[in-house]
Amino acid sequence: MNLNAIKVIYFNEMMRFWKTLFQSIASPVISTALYFVVFGSAIGSRMENIEGVSYGLFIVPGLTMLSVLTQSISNASFGIFFPKFTGTIYELLSAPVSFYETLIGYVGAAATKSLILATIILVTANLFVDLNIAHPFWMLSFLVLTCVAFSLFGFIIGLWADNFEKLQIIPLLIITPLVFLGGSFYSISMLPELWQKVTLFNPVLYLVSGFRWSFFEVSDVSVGISLSMIFLFLAICIAIVAWMFRTGYKLKQ
Amino acid sequence: MDSIISIKGLSKTYNSGFEALKTVDLEINRGEILALLGPNGAGKTTLISAICGIISPSSGSVTVDGYDIIKDFRKTRSMIGLVPQELTLGAFDTVWSTVRFSRGLFGSKRDDAYLEQLLKDLSLFDKKDSEIRALSGGMKRRVLIAKALSHEPKVLFLDEPTAGVDVELRKDMWKIVHKLSLQGVTIILTTHYIEEAEEIAERVGVISNGELLLVEKKDELMESLGKKQLLIDLKEPVKKIPSSLEKYNIELSDDGLQISYTYVVKDEEVDVSVVLHEITNSGLLLKDLKVEQSSLEDIFVGLVKEES
Repeated sequence: MNLNAIKVIYFNEMMRFWKTLFQSIASPVISTALYFVVFGSAIGSRMENIEGVSYGLFIVPGLTMLSVLTQSISNASFGIFFPKFTGTIYELLSAPVSFYETLIGYVGAAATKSLILATIILVTANLFVDLNIAHPFWMLSFLVLTCVAFSLFGFIIGLWADNFEKLQIIPLLIITPLVFLGGSFYSISMLPELWQKVTLFNPVLYLVSGFRWSFFEVSDVSVGISLSMIFLFLAICIAIVAWMFRTGYKLKQ
Repeated sequence: MDSIISIKGLSKTYNSGFEALKTVDLEINRGEILALLGPNGAGKTTLISAICGIISPSSGSVTVDGYDIIKDFRKTRSMIGLVPQELTLGAFDTVWSTVRFSRGLFGSKRDDAYLEQLLKDLSLFDKKDSEIRALSGGMKRRVLIAKALSHEPKVLFLDEPTAGVDVELRKDMWKIVHKLSLQGVTIILTTHYIEEAEEIAERVGVISNGELLLVEKKDELMESLGKKQLLIDLKEPVKKIPSSLEKYNIELSDDGLQISYTYVVKDEEVDVSVVLHEITNSGLLLKDLKVEQSSLEDIFVGLVKEES
């Protein structure tokens, strides 16, 4: 195991985060504050409680997931896409580094960044609403698993993309709609029955639902199913990445 | 001689169907400087990329210090340093951070003293905190060399190290190569500048169309394939070469004032003194004479032409 390599890849990726620290912290703080002002205070004050939870509070897990999902994907995809784009990937390919080590370095760094971001969002949210976490252990578990799973997914996009357009297209056209339609800002019980059924095909629903349960013990689907779905997604991502590395897909001929 | 890299039947066909390497066999000796010479698209970079792990060979095998490049990739790759042809560097990294990154990536423990010395040797130390985008092209090239040497490799591949580099820097680069060679590093460089191979290499391999046409000691190559030309200026012009000289490969210039005799140095049957004797006896009045030797460039052009 080339531990030194994992260490330098991880810290090199984290360096990018520290270099843009202000941007990294300011943007989630500002966007969270905006969501709270608009949805929490302005609109939320006119809305009924959802399953006993005030609307301002209800949207916290969804809001966190929205940022975690998009940031995990963008950090991880950019992390591996950029060396491909600039050509510095030659060094990674010629180094005594296995695919697991590369993966741990890049995905570990992207997931860490998302975790830091989620913490910042939750702390900011706490300024607007009184946040109580019913199951801190499960909250953290859901968060870590989601960060890792979506960083892996981002890594796949970064490997697959051969231009900036492709890099943006999946987060923009698939992930953002899935998050918005996956019950981030509402309970699916508020939807007509047909759309409730359709929403069950949206994987993000299970993430948000499980995560929300760990805060308020309120969920759209059972926690066990949520957890299984995250693991399933994780397993699929690992399998795809393993296949990509074994065949050298888009990396080497 | 002790070989450090052994290439057997290495071939590479790209997905596009392009056959970049056709069954290459090559032994690279420990500590030598080998120049791989060939025109653009000959397969030089493909050969290096296959040894370093950047592309997967289609068939054949390569061992580095006895270890297989695929089965024991950790061992072989940690012995190799690669300086790529393009100036591929992260623009926002500092010199120091990128060199330290490379060392770690190749599995070596942090050793700031070694890296400091390395940067000093490459005249980069005062730029160590500069961002790479602020450096000149020549400096970037040095940073790439520093990265390749950061983990103290036994073998260094330099892919077109002086392409697009000015004369001054090119000579500097040659000095660096010589110094590394003295330290026992085996150096393989690709180039299409004959001058470069002639200047620094001990052995020269000629690649064309994915085939290794020959690998020989530079001096022996010059000797075995090198032709010499004896040029003789005459005092008075002549209309034709005297019949006594017709059996030799002698040509007369258009103005009739110079004759030239071309011969292969290694050819056992050639005795220049006999030819000279016959020329003086033929009645020609000699004014001056000189001998010209073909350069590696002439040899190279001849070989590649023959091939195609």
